[in-house]
Amino acid sequence: MEAVGQIKAIDLKDEKPQPAQKIWKHKHILDLDDFSPSEIDLVMQTTEAMHEILSRPIKKVPTLRGKTVVTLFYEASTRTRSSFELAAKNLSADISNLTVSSSSVTKGESLIDTLETIEALGADIVVMRHPYSGAPNLASKHVKASIINAGDGWHAHPTQALLDMYTMLKHKNSIKNLKVTIIGDIIHSRVAHSNIWSLTKMGAEVTICAPSTLLPKGMDNPQPYFPKVNVTTDIDKAIKGADVVMGLRLQLERQQSGLLPSIREYSRLYQITEERLSKADNDVIVMHPGPVNEDVEIASTVAHGDKSVINEQVTNGVAVRMALFYLLAGGSHNE
Amino acid sequence: MNKSMLIKNSRIIDPSQDLDVIGDLLITDGKIKEIAPDVKKIPTDCTILDAKGMIVCPGFVDFHCHLRQPGFEEKETIATGSKAAAKGGFTTICCMPNTDPALDNKATIDFIKATSALEACIRVLPIGCITKGRKGLELADMGELAEAGVVALSDDGSTIADSRIMKQALEYSLIFGLPISDHCEDAMLSNGGQINEGIIATRLGLRGIPNAAEENVIARDIGLAKLTGARIHICHISTEGSVELVRNAKKDGVRITAEVTPHHLTMDEEMVLDFDTNAKVNPPLRTKKDIAALISGLKDGTIDIIAIDHAPHTDNEKLCEFAIAPFGISGFETALGSLMKLVHNRDIEISLLISKLTAMPAKIIGSKFSKLGTLKQGAAADITIFDPDAEWTVDTKDFYSKGKNTPLNCHKLKGRVMATIFNGKVVYKDKSVKLGVKA
Ligand SMILES: [Zn+2]
Repeated sequence: MEAVGQIKAIDLKDEKPQPAQKIWKHKHILDLDDFSPSEIDLVMQTTEAMHEILSRPIKKVPTLRGKTVVTLFYEASTRTRSSFELAAKNLSADISNLTVSSSSVTKGESLIDTLETIEALGADIVVMRHPYSGAPNLASKHVKASIINAGDGWHAHPTQALLDMYTMLKHKNSIKNLKVTIIGDIIHSRVAHSNIWSLTKMGAEVTICAPSTLLPKGMDNPQPYFPKVNVTTDIDKAIKGADVVMGLRLQLERQQSGLLPSIREYSRLYQITEERLSKADNDVIVMHPGPVNEDVEIASTVAHGDKSVINEQVTNGVAVRMALFYLLAGGSHNE
Repeated sequence: MNKSMLIKNSRIIDPSQDLDVIGDLLITDGKIKEIAPDVKKIPTDCTILDAKGMIVCPGFVDFHCHLRQPGFEEKETIATGSKAAAKGGFTTICCMPNTDPALDNKATIDFIKATSALEACIRVLPIGCITKGRKGLELADMGELAEAGVVALSDDGSTIADSRIMKQALEYSLIFGLPISDHCEDAMLSNGGQINEGIIATRLGLRGIPNAAEENVIARDIGLAKLTGARIHICHISTEGSVELVRNAKKDGVRITAEVTPHHLTMDEEMVLDFDTNAKVNPPLRTKKDIAALISGLKDGTIDIIAIDHAPHTDNEKLCEFAIAPFGISGFETALGSLMKLVHNRDIEISLLISKLTAMPAKIIGSKFSKLGTLKQGAAADITIFDPDAEWTVDTKDFYSKGKNTPLNCHKLKGRVMATIFNGKVVYKDKSVKLGVKA
């Protein structure tokens, strides 16, 4: 299979997972740095099949019948959690939800202890959101269950990046040579990090743009540790000719830590506005992982405008997560 | 144990007297008696150790370690830490005062000395605090500490942020001639940082610690040492820029010495790529370029000594999310094996390595605390015997230290301590070493 990131729906048997998907190697989904282009392709095609299921009157399929999915969220995120929950429900899984206040992390309540409890509950898949980078990696070394990273610190948010790519493919023919510009708080953004991995693997030309204090370090010579992307502080240069413009949520406390003089100045210099967007490709799409600070990182007219695919991203999130559950349940990682 | 011992057929290297010969070394009454190509007059009942193919050198002297006692005995004690040190070839170790209570008065120093006398298998020399409770606010009673027998003063683990207090500490230390050993870290700049600032930190989504966090404080300390004429010692130097600062300060005549750890010399930031908390250390592991600069600093004398910064923690403390794991590497038992890589790679000469572990730290400590780091006739028979070519695989289960926190577990090292002799007594011996007795 040629991995160019095009959607070509595969024939999917709903009844049970296909036995050995030769391409799929993952027991856990921690980040996209270790995904092959063929695996990403497979996720896209499986997502397309799931998307089709979602358009049926009866959305339920028995793929995960008898399997237990536990969501373990150390950070509140109703959107992400319900997306995973809905995906698991559509595949007939049993679901338990565990919310742990992030203060218990600092109190020294051990993640390992919590995971052992979850394991005792018979979890097959643990969906984990955590404020500290690398927490899912640690978890994956200590439990038998599969771990899906639903966002860890500043590190990775693989399912978001995959749903972003799927959304792009719904509007563009191919990821290859696609000009994708990501604007905003890149250094603190797990969404940006995972998108950079998946997009560059599939041959996109990625540009990141932020005030210098919010740009990641070491990007002048990133390889082999991180993909090479265009880096600029000039938003007009970044948007010029872009096929996809992605905004990121700006945490308002960045001002207090001295990374920005003011939110006002940030909006003035880095907001994705209609005027700035007019320099992009005519068919540009505008994305944002949500929740949006309207008129801070993105003008509300743009967020709700005809180029915006932000609402589609939410819908596609369920299909992508169904695909990932499906692949984890039937993938060939145990060979 | 017999009163005399003969180490035969080894290569004897003693940088304190520019010695590098093949021959025998005779110990009597706990002191070095004779070094000769072939010692003829062997006392009866003399213990014989055939060290063919091995290197015999003065016992290693470590100027920077954490024995965690009192207060953190679950991490290490004077007994376990000194045993681990002996296994690593050390016969003298200087313990940092960041204990609980901190070593900032005579009673705590007396406790270290008394406990060491009873429980340590080698020489333990305490370092006292610069400021009371290591708070960086008021000077500790340095006179009392000096009389109690500290070899240096340090608030290791933190930097005295207030430059005026640091200046006064240096000025006051002039009375006693003790070096002020500074952990150089601009805490405002490193705050919340986990690993070296750069592309690995970007990849892992961890907050970085910039080079300048170390270099800023070194630059300040150099200025203050110049101003006061006092002795400053820079702990665990880790960046290219720091080497350059110290190099220039020495040219300027500043009374400055500096140390580097085995881990900063041999491992770079890549070690944390899998979120390995055992590679989380402060200052952080840096880049290959920094390592090259550290090696050149070691060679041209900018960096005076290799110090281990043995920093044991429990397994449980390290088994957690990266951001909340404590900093530190348990270093005594892998020190020689990892440093020998520099010799095998021809980065440095073996005599230079030995000098940085023996004669040079002894010089910083000074002769007030007995003649250390030498095999001169009449000196205490503190001796390390190692096989430079023995290959072995690190297994932390074999550690004597309570701290198993090293990123080197399961790594292959080349170079292994075979025996450690302290005051003429064998305090550590590899299983393969056989002792004979002359009839
Ligand atoms: Zn230190």
